[in-house]
Amino acid sequence: MVEGVLEDRVLMVLPFMILLLPLAGFVVLCLFGDAIRRHGESRGAGILACVTVLGSFGLSVWSVIRLLALVGGKDGLRFSQPYLGFEWMEAGGFRVPMSLLVDALSGVMILVVTGVGGLIHVYSLGYMSHDEDNVRYFSYLNLFTFFMLLLVLGGNLPLMFVGWEGVGLCSYLLIGFWFKKKSASDAGKKAFIVNRIGDAGLILGMVLAYHAFGSLDLVEIADNAGSLAPEGLGEMGVVTAVCLLLFVGACGKSAQIPLHVWLPDAMEGPTPVSALIHAATMVTAGVYMVARLAPLFVLSQTAMLVVASVGAATAFMAATIALVQTDIKRVLAYSTVSQLGYMFLACGVGAFGIAVFHLFTHAFFKALLFLGSGSVIHALSGEQDMRRMGGLRKYIPWTFATFLVGTLAIAGIPPLSGFYSKDAILAGALGKHGNVFFVIGLVTALLTAFYMARLLFMTFFGKYWGTEQHIHESPPSMLGPLVILAVGSAVGGFVDIPHFVQPVFRLPAHEEGHHVWLPWVAFFTAVAGMAVAYYLYVLYTEVPARLASRMRGLYRVLERKYGFDDLFNWIASRGVVQGSRDLLWAGLDSAVIDATVNGTGTVFRSLARGARTLQTGLVRGYALVMLGGAVAIVTYLLWAP
Amino acid sequence: MSADLVQPALVLSLVLFVLGALGVFLRRNIITVFMCVELMLNAVNLAFIAFSRARGTLDGQVLVFFVLTVAAAEAAVGLAIIISLQRGQDTLDVDAFRLLKW
Repeated sequence: MVEGVLEDRVLMVLPFMILLLPLAGFVVLCLFGDAIRRHGESRGAGILACVTVLGSFGLSVWSVIRLLALVGGKDGLRFSQPYLGFEWMEAGGFRVPMSLLVDALSGVMILVVTGVGGLIHVYSLGYMSHDEDNVRYFSYLNLFTFFMLLLVLGGNLPLMFVGWEGVGLCSYLLIGFWFKKKSASDAGKKAFIVNRIGDAGLILGMVLAYHAFGSLDLVEIADNAGSLAPEGLGEMGVVTAVCLLLFVGACGKSAQIPLHVWLPDAMEGPTPVSALIHAATMVTAGVYMVARLAPLFVLSQTAMLVVASVGAATAFMAATIALVQTDIKRVLAYSTVSQLGYMFLACGVGAFGIAVFHLFTHAFFKALLFLGSGSVIHALSGEQDMRRMGGLRKYIPWTFATFLVGTLAIAGIPPLSGFYSKDAILAGALGKHGNVFFVIGLVTALLTAFYMARLLFMTFFGKYWGTEQHIHESPPSMLGPLVILAVGSAVGGFVDIPHFVQPVFRLPAHEEGHHVWLPWVAFFTAVAGMAVAYYLYVLYTEVPARLASRMRGLYRVLERKYGFDDLFNWIASRGVVQGSRDLLWAGLDSAVIDATVNGTGTVFRSLARGARTLQTGLVRGYALVMLGGAVAIVTYLLWAP
Repeated sequence: MSADLVQPALVLSLVLFVLGALGVFLRRNIITVFMCVELMLNAVNLAFIAFSRARGTLDGQVLVFFVLTVAAAEAAVGLAIIISLQRGQDTLDVDAFRLLKW
């Protein structure tokens, strides 16, 4: 029995119930969806979906309370491994049991998934009420919740991978929810394909991990990683390779450079989906996985450096792209990419607990911002271009108030939650790797405050530029979740997530240097960013256009999003399509393979053309040949030497 | 058959065989050709008998029985084929049947 495990009967059952509730909702909506819709009870379908997820949330709270009540093992490590009693796969020594893992990390994750997810379900009741296909929508949403819970609760890598692929599938289905729109179905395919690239890395990483550890159980990997004594350079090479391959998977799912291109396009889906899948939960799966395998990642300096570098680069580049976007949801999408980069930066400098902390606070304020933008879009009957908004605070005051809280939280204004997690990341990066990551983090924080304030000012301040006449505040089912999330964004920073999850990482506890000046620097950075935005987008609104024309080149680069999409298009069209046609098809397939096959045929056909003239059809001719043959054989037999 | 008759018997067998072969190659009527084949078979039978006598064993005579049996079956099948050929093309010319060619 591993230290820290306590046989808790409740905790052996609860996680399965948490999983099964949304799945049951999905199954019911799937089987009876048509009947429900025919009776005009599609609202009931939505309520069923909400109830299952909120029920899951209740059970999650219960599980976390039970978990806290467990007697901790070494360093306060508490966990429980519910086991369904049978193996999913068994082949020789390879076992994949149907077992889950509940500990502090998955506890935080299930709270976020079911809590924020439940609120977004409720919000969807109002947002999707006009859509005639909303039974399908809610069934997808429930299925997504199930897979996401499986991802964070799965007790071994293959089971986690099932959830991982499942959320990818649901993401695809929901991005392309309005599949009659070409851009939506294209975006869905793009998300799916880009994620496959990452998943290839993840699968290879799992195979290699099994080769290295002989087990894919998360607890066993975490426990044995430390004792993986470097028997030679090869061992450490394997660890680095495993970490990097798994990180490729994380890059795909969590939209890190260069696999981030799918996330902004994913905004084609309904806005609550953007909030749930592409901001609060699914895209954080990569961060969750890296944090989950923290004991493995810390063994490889190279892997940690790569994680931190990719995270920092993504955080910075996505923030700069967000500066010039005009679609309200795309700004938030790039902001999400940037904040995910922040989380990986934190992982890369070894501050896994803080990464999870930022994941937690980010889930609140980014879900809030997306839902708020959804409320704006709803109010303007589908308008998403910020240049045709402005002055909306008078028309939709509740949305404005909650959106303001979200903006201040992400910008990092104390005492809102974003301030604490961002400050902690900066503190974690300070003094490591020559402060490179600290400086990038600080600059990104400045950019974040700026583009979020720009979004706020362009949308809610100044003069209204649109044409919509009936600007209406959203129904209570949409405002309720906004208010709750606003409260969460405000106070989320006071929850001591880092200490709660720290035992999971099995890292030696280290006291970070406390810098009195750092919170002030972070605070003034945020204020400076917002002040510049106020100057540019409220006071002197003609300046931004002038700046853009002055710095034409830079502006173009940002507008083209650093050309990643163009690069991939070029690779796909030039490399794959043209290469296939000119090189593989014309060069190899036609000229070598086809030519060999056809050549063989030609040779034998010309041989046959000569040989077939022997067949005259004259019986006496054949008889003559037979006689000749017989005479020849007899002659040979009689006079052979 | 006394021992000194072996050689004349073999010569007769050779003559019969050559006559048969010539008939097969030179005649155009299928029935004639067929009868010539029978003639060749019987020439061989005669040779078997002669060898059997010369060697003082019964092996050759046993073989003759087999040849006779097979020849009987062959005659039945062959004549049936000839009848159906005649019905199909209304001729018995060997060279008329040359469909099986390239």
